[in-house]
Amino acid sequence: MLLRKAQAAMAVMQGRGQHRPLTSPLRPTRDAPFRARVGERSARLSARGGGLAAPPLRVRRGSAPGAAGPPPGDVRPLARGWRDEHALPLQADYFREGNSDLEDSELRFATCQSLQKQVKSETEQIEEELNEQLFDNLVSFLRRSHSAFQEKTTEWTCRMKSREIPTAALVLGVNVTDHDFTFRSLSEVLQNNVTPYIALLEAKDCPGIKNLMQKLLGQLMNCCIDVDSSEEEDYEQVSRNRVRCSMTSLINWYESATKRTDSETPGKKRTSSRHWQSPPVVVIFKDMESFTTKVLQDFVVISSQHIGQFPLVLIFGIATSPMIIHSLLPHSVSSLLCIELFQSLSCKDHLSTIIDKVLLTTQFPLKLSEKVLQVLINIFLYHDFSVQNFIKGFQLCIVEHFHSNPLSILCCQLEEAKRRVNSLSHNQCENVRRLPSFRRYVESQVSEKQIALLTADSSLKEAVRKLLEDLNVYHENYFPILRCLHVFVSSLPKYPLGKQIRELHCACLENRVWETEEYESSLQLARMLNKSDLVTMLQKCVEILVSSPGREFDEIVEKLKEFLTQFQKLEEAFQERDESISPQKELQKKTNLFHLQKTLLELKESRRSKKLTKFETLRFEVVDYIDSLVRCYLVPADHKTLHEIVYFNTASVLREHLNAAPRIALHTALNNPYSYLKSEALKSDGGSISNKAPDICIAYKLHLECGRLINLVDWLEAFSTVVTAAEGPTADAASSDQVDDVIHARFIRAVSELELLGFIKPSKQKTDHVARLTWGGC
Amino acid sequence: MSLAECRSAGALEVKFVPDEDVLRHIADDAGIKVQKGKNQLIVNMKRFVKKLEAISDDEAQEVLEEKNYVAVLGVCGEESMTNGSSVGGGEVYTFQTPKRSNKMAELGITLNYAVSCLAERSSSNQVQQKTKKNEFVSTTPYRLRKRLAAPDAQLESESEYSASCSEEEEVEVAQNEVSTVLSHQKTPAKTKAVSTPPSRKTLTKKKDNMNNLVEEYFEAHSSSKVLTSDRTLQKLRRKRLSQQTLHDLLQKSPLAYAAEIKELNQQYESLFSKWMLQLHLGFNIVLYGLGSKHDLLEKFRTSMLQDSVHLVVNGYFPSITVKSVLNSITEEVLDHIGTFRSPLDQLEFIVKRFKDDSSLELYVLIHNLDSQMLRGERSQQILAQLSSLPSIYLIASIDHINAPLMWDQAKQSLYNWLWYETTTFSPYVEETSYENSLLVQQSGSLALSSLTHVLRSLTPNARGIFRLLAQYQLENKDNASYPGLSFQDFYQQCREAFLVNSDLTLRAQLTEFRDHKLIRTKRGADGVEYLLIPVDDSTLTGFLEKEDEDV
Repeated sequence: MLLRKAQAAMAVMQGRGQHRPLTSPLRPTRDAPFRARVGERSARLSARGGGLAAPPLRVRRGSAPGAAGPPPGDVRPLARGWRDEHALPLQADYFREGNSDLEDSELRFATCQSLQKQVKSETEQIEEELNEQLFDNLVSFLRRSHSAFQEKTTEWTCRMKSREIPTAALVLGVNVTDHDFTFRSLSEVLQNNVTPYIALLEAKDCPGIKNLMQKLLGQLMNCCIDVDSSEEEDYEQVSRNRVRCSMTSLINWYESATKRTDSETPGKKRTSSRHWQSPPVVVIFKDMESFTTKVLQDFVVISSQHIGQFPLVLIFGIATSPMIIHSLLPHSVSSLLCIELFQSLSCKDHLSTIIDKVLLTTQFPLKLSEKVLQVLINIFLYHDFSVQNFIKGFQLCIVEHFHSNPLSILCCQLEEAKRRVNSLSHNQCENVRRLPSFRRYVESQVSEKQIALLTADSSLKEAVRKLLEDLNVYHENYFPILRCLHVFVSSLPKYPLGKQIRELHCACLENRVWETEEYESSLQLARMLNKSDLVTMLQKCVEILVSSPGREFDEIVEKLKEFLTQFQKLEEAFQERDESISPQKELQKKTNLFHLQKTLLELKESRRSKKLTKFETLRFEVVDYIDSLVRCYLVPADHKTLHEIVYFNTASVLREHLNAAPRIALHTALNNPYSYLKSEALKSDGGSISNKAPDICIAYKLHLECGRLINLVDWLEAFSTVVTAAEGPTADAASSDQVDDVIHARFIRAVSELELLGFIKPSKQKTDHVARLTWGGC
Repeated sequence: MSLAECRSAGALEVKFVPDEDVLRHIADDAGIKVQKGKNQLIVNMKRFVKKLEAISDDEAQEVLEEKNYVAVLGVCGEESMTNGSSVGGGEVYTFQTPKRSNKMAELGITLNYAVSCLAERSSSNQVQQKTKKNEFVSTTPYRLRKRLAAPDAQLESESEYSASCSEEEEVEVAQNEVSTVLSHQKTPAKTKAVSTPPSRKTLTKKKDNMNNLVEEYFEAHSSSKVLTSDRTLQKLRRKRLSQQTLHDLLQKSPLAYAAEIKELNQQYESLFSKWMLQLHLGFNIVLYGLGSKHDLLEKFRTSMLQDSVHLVVNGYFPSITVKSVLNSITEEVLDHIGTFRSPLDQLEFIVKRFKDDSSLELYVLIHNLDSQMLRGERSQQILAQLSSLPSIYLIASIDHINAPLMWDQAKQSLYNWLWYETTTFSPYVEETSYENSLLVQQSGSLALSSLTHVLRSLTPNARGIFRLLAQYQLENKDNASYPGLSFQDFYQQCREAFLVNSDLTLRAQLTEFRDHKLIRTKRGADGVEYLLIPVDDSTLTGFLEKEDEDV
């Protein structure tokens, strides 16, 4: 045991850098001594693979040492540099090895990769578009504050006198994890359009003003190097190390840097034309709230002293509310800032856009089932508000789908999928036949067709092709109609079907939406809409349908347009009537109470007995038409044949990996070991302490009954009682000592394991007591 | 009132019985009652167990409410987890779910039941029955002990419970509340009152769950009084085991359910290549669940990482720091010689190197990412930043129940975890060998060897001085309030033994001892300096014996 304590805390292991170790025939002989357990290695961190005299990480090119010309297909001989070009095949290997189904794994992996890339670029583009407005505003703000510096107008001198630093407060919202991306693209935009001098500061790097200045100068001078040519690099590098990190040196650097760009050779004009003259120095505080106030204050005060000498602009990234600036900085400091507020898009809108553009289109072949989508949305809403994490979750879905489903090979664009159907192997055909939705389809066919589908691969392929096409058409129709329905229901009071289109989407995927109560009530409400609303909605629907690529919409558009013209006619007719009525009303201007009462009564009568007006009948027609569209096109996806191919629906996997519950797992394992260890002996009705359970479970259950403190002696005795009960009452006095020692040892182990798991801790309140750390049963 | 009732043996038609009556009844008249026949009693108990189950059913509904929150989060959906365990978070460590107290009662009964069968078999004299009866009150483990104790221990045990009286008071206080609830549950009332004081908690809880919970929490945590017995391990005949003997003993006892555990492990091993795939796709992997994951990760390492650069960090090692992790990356992986001003600088260097050279890749395996040394905010920040590098692949294990609290939103997104449940049930051998367990003899051998080692390098006089002190300390080992040997007395003794000639020489010697941490000095209330050897008695005895042998 002592020995073990002295043993290694860690060890670096390294092989010869072959990244394809698993089939390598060389491995066992060369590496055998280094596969020993880490704990048994020497105390230093020195366990090096190969154990050769050469340094551990030398790049070896050519065939591996000792390999007397093995066939190149067997060993992939190149080290480190190799991974770059071959990263995909390497991952593909893992992809394949993890699969029990070897069907077409390469192709599947390639499809998966391309889809991931597509999703990634698409989401990035969306984000860029979303941020564009914000960045434009920021750039124009910089321009404004900067022009003041350049023109040296009176206004600027005023400001200089009062030493105000132009500052942009950027309110980004609570989803801190997304900010990184925003800042990265912001600095990119600025770098391209405004200034090369950008410093991104994070609170964790700047515990003191000194660190902050160091970081600032380091970043600024580095970026200067990036722009400048390489011969100056050495000089810069040296000076950076030598320079004392102070404001004066920053100013000196700025002056020299701008001078250099001014006196540049014509060849370098490019840079100066891209940037403004005497570009501003932009300092971005990524997470303003986490900076210590002292550091911020000092920095602001110091730099305000020098604002006259170089154009400094600050950008504060704020997660909470702009008020934080005033609570962080006292008035004397905040008065040195000239703050302008910028608000980024809220993360919820952001998510809606992403869902709209990525999930609710036919662009990507992979679709998410209702439960999966619900899990992802719940993680977003209840845990982090992070759009990035949402996208990551989606990426995970893609990987999981392609990894687990052999038929995912058909999850690609329709044309490609049709081509792939032709080359399906027999096994894959069997896989198709096993799909529940396909079975349902087969059962609905006539018997000859059934036999053909189940026996002949060719006819199966034919059917699959057709079904895939159907599925595609279904999707093409589904999304525009969904949007139309959303137009209707999103304006209803109380939003019975949800405000967001994603809620409507989930509802439609879950089951037949027209059978739900919510749908019923929203139809009721829709029948009470007024005319102008109805007309605008219809117009919107027409727009949506016209812009969508679906083929069957011409008819629908016609129909909707007809409705619109009817409304138009109605309006005209109404106006005419209106004109005819109005003079009559004119006459009745002087009404007395009696008359009024009478007319009201008449009105009431007429309303009760009256037939529907033209408008009302038309309204009913419209709503019924929409209803028929919904029934026709918004069928839940799992009613469709072959939906398993394109829908990822194992929500449990997703939840397990993204939103795990480690405490529940521990609790279950300790309380009910049978759920993991499938041994009949452990099967219990629950509740009681099974004496056959593993030691730690017994100790855990006993400890559950105790209060805040637990007496170890009592615990030990209870433990040994339970354990010996398991072994039967035959343990007589003679052998009891021997047995007790073992039980004692087992108890010690169980207790120290519970301590490691954080259920108890040693307590000094009373001798030989431990304190419970979980609460309950006190 | 209850006495008559009980004697008539019609246990089923019993009215409400206050707890204190029951207690008195058991203490005085246990004998009479037990004579009524244990068979009947057992039947009653069985019935009661059933009843309790019924109760727990409708309590499950209350638990359901708690589940609602969990259901909202989607944790507790219709699809249960892989292992079919669909426990909602609400059920686990909530503010004392009613269910639990019920379980406690049930538990006590089943145990008692088991033992009563036992008693039947062995001998059924009255005294033993009496002890058995006594257990009926018991639900907490320290009471289980009574079963083992000799019959006459009963009186003694009264004194042993430092606060058992106060517990009974509590019972009385709760009485009024209970009686109202009990009225509609007449049948099991008697058994209930007899067997389970905690069941009153169950019932009262039903009424105003939340309110009570809050109050109870503060009640339990405000009073300094601890409701446990005063027994200590020292009174036990058994002496503390050393690490070595513990290890040996555990080696002897076979691992339970080895086959099932192996099966579990095989399940997890089939995931290895999936892990690799996901690591390469930019995720990092964290393993959780009961049981040591050391062997599993080790297996992963040997089967997948044999030929790639990887770093194994044994987080449970008591002296590991983030700095050493970073050092090993810079020195061993990046072959960088030189030091860094701060871990942040070092991290920056690593990040830069990995970004510059995209062919570099490193697998990092961390056993127990949540260990004492690594769980700090700064350490986690640095590790998270490391793991966020695209060419560093991190796979780690966590064990502590509160481990996920280490990570805030920002860190979690840096880590980009994929969670994998790997409940292995294997014992934490490596991980707990460093834990300073209460029950294990503390580093005795280590101290002994260091003592002899240091003393061997000293002069004979110095050894004599130390010996003197050790002997004096051993003479006083039974004196609990022994403050140590005062400097003046010590000087006297040393002079008499011709070991020193002035107090200056003695002080010089003592300084040397102190530098080697062989002695500790402290000032008493009167300002006198007292000297102590901070080693436990057995070690000291062992040392003296060894010295005697040498001489």
